[in-house]
Amino acid sequence: MSNTIITVENISKSYVLQHQKIRHNDSFREHITNNIKSIFKKKDADQSASQETFWALNDVSFDINQGDRVGIIGRNGAGKSTLLKILSRIVTPTHGRIKIEGRVASLLEVGTGFHPELSGRENVFLNGSILGMSKNEIQKKFDEIVAFAEVERFLDTPVKRYSSGMYVRLAFAVAAHLEPEILIVDEVLAVGDAEFQKKCLGKMKDVSGEGRTVIFVSHNMAAVKALCNKGILLHNGSIKIIGSATHAIENYLKTGINTSSHFDCSDYVYGDDIIRVLKIEILNGFNNTNQIKFDENIKIKFKIDSKQDFENISVAIGCLSIDEIPVFTTRGPVSIVKGENEIICEVKHNLRANNYHFAFGISVGEKSNIYHNPNAFDIEILDIGNNTQYLTNNAGFVNVNSSWQIV
Amino acid sequence: MINKSRTIIIDPDSENKNYWQDLWQFRGLLYFLAWRDILVRYKQTAIGLLWSIIRPLLTIFVMWFIGWLFNSNVPEGVPRILLVCAATLPWQFFATAFSDSSNSLIVNSNLLTKVYFPRLIVPISTVIVCLIDFLISFIILIVIMVLYRFSPDIKMLYLPFFLILNLITSIGLGLIIAALNVRYRDFRFIIPFIIQFGLYVSPIAFSSSDIYNSAKIPMFAKYLYALNPMVGVIDGFRWCILGGNTPFYFERFLVSCAISIFLLIIGLWYFRKMEKTFADII
Repeated sequence: MSNTIITVENISKSYVLQHQKIRHNDSFREHITNNIKSIFKKKDADQSASQETFWALNDVSFDINQGDRVGIIGRNGAGKSTLLKILSRIVTPTHGRIKIEGRVASLLEVGTGFHPELSGRENVFLNGSILGMSKNEIQKKFDEIVAFAEVERFLDTPVKRYSSGMYVRLAFAVAAHLEPEILIVDEVLAVGDAEFQKKCLGKMKDVSGEGRTVIFVSHNMAAVKALCNKGILLHNGSIKIIGSATHAIENYLKTGINTSSHFDCSDYVYGDDIIRVLKIEILNGFNNTNQIKFDENIKIKFKIDSKQDFENISVAIGCLSIDEIPVFTTRGPVSIVKGENEIICEVKHNLRANNYHFAFGISVGEKSNIYHNPNAFDIEILDIGNNTQYLTNNAGFVNVNSSWQIV
Repeated sequence: MINKSRTIIIDPDSENKNYWQDLWQFRGLLYFLAWRDILVRYKQTAIGLLWSIIRPLLTIFVMWFIGWLFNSNVPEGVPRILLVCAATLPWQFFATAFSDSSNSLIVNSNLLTKVYFPRLIVPISTVIVCLIDFLISFIILIVIMVLYRFSPDIKMLYLPFFLILNLITSIGLGLIIAALNVRYRDFRFIIPFIIQFGLYVSPIAFSSSDIYNSAKIPMFAKYLYALNPMVGVIDGFRWCILGGNTPFYFERFLVSCAISIFLLIIGLWYFRKMEKTFADII
């Protein structure tokens, strides 16, 4: 069953940006007359000079087959949300044509139309009908929705008294029970706790398992990789990559952050300046960046300039989270000679995806440091791996293994 | 809701041929939006639904007093308060339906930017809410009739026709202003003004016969007066409710009628034309 269900041909969308003009005599009266002018005259020469056309989407074409699970990825402002809004018929494209065969439900926000004064029960019906369900459909699924959201006890409480978690659970539960042929989902999994996110992802997998088409936008690459088989990478309003999800994700990560794998710290002086670290290099960074797949060892090369020979000194790296919480320290003995030395360190780690920064230090024997740089280099651990599935439902800095048995 | 799948074409130019079909399919949403507004309307108020009686009642008293003060014309055998009541109720409906539907798109902007549905549903659902309030406020009319032992005429049967005319007028004007309001929020300030102004140029404290029979009012002003679509609606309501020898100016009524229908056509046309851009500019 690979018949085309969505055909997108040369879609563009432009917005007009208004720039404030600098006026010389900015009187209140002038302000008013200008405003009046702007009501009656659509375009006067002055004004058009202060307008700029911005293309949120530029000549985008693709096909989606039935049963495809398409991840749309890209940086902020790449045009993902605009594309979804056009596909959901909320905004009209400036140029181009889209043909959709089937019933579309779009979930661009969790809890669209929820009214704080209404009870949970009332909001299920309201939200359901906003998302396109009929009253019968909602009634049939009502118990299922409530069970999924785990809010049975609070059904008749106004949702303004709900905790934010309950609110989100109820909202997603309604959306999760839609049965469209095409489901369009924007970054909505970013809400709720990890357990609920996993539940939602599972529900979406079920949906696609039933032969429905899912279009999914997320910044969470692990979720995209877990859910999608196709990927579209948008960049500045155009399609950069269209292909398998993995292919799109790898390209997305490559085009992304400009952090190089090289850290120059030759300017950093510590203590008596006996040792200087000239350069630190991440050897196995993904596409020559400082990003490392979570199931790969970290390999770092240090270029050290020493003013004397040292035997069996202790070299250490310390890993800290972005909010300065020490995660681990590891050290090893090395000997260095006077002049330039190159040391390679390989760390077998089980860090979870995140940004970490590293301190680097050298100490002699029992004595204190002869070199210490608290901000030596940074590494980003990616949530994609070479052959292992990333465990999205865990929390914390590290993954650990455990064995369990009944005694 | 949509049982059999059908092809949807999205492009900038072509009209959505299935628009009215869509509107019918989304009737559930129409119902739920109106239901939401009714539920929410009097939440956390002490006297709740009573407000839909008190508001018109206060207007009736004020207009009654003004009419009495200026000694406006009252048909024979009709208590003045009934004359005022028969006009205030349709006027109140027009005022709330017009102002609520004009603001409805902005109030529901979170929906417009997040889900697709025929946008006409939003103003129509607010008008339905006002219609329910209007029907409740009919209790006032009935109580006044009972108090004054006024027996209704057979012409009362024509009332639904004038009610529909009242609806057409409110929706027509409401749609125009709602669509304009999305782009120019100036209309938020213009709406209360239109309503306040309308209250004085519509026959509420006085009768149309006061205008038409006045020697002081120039002819062109009388024609201008007849252009107000609410004149036709209110005259019709009075003719039905008061019965007896209440005057009814048929030609002038036709003018009001034509204007109401014209407003509805313009309203629908302009709303449909602007609808595609709502989510972009709201």
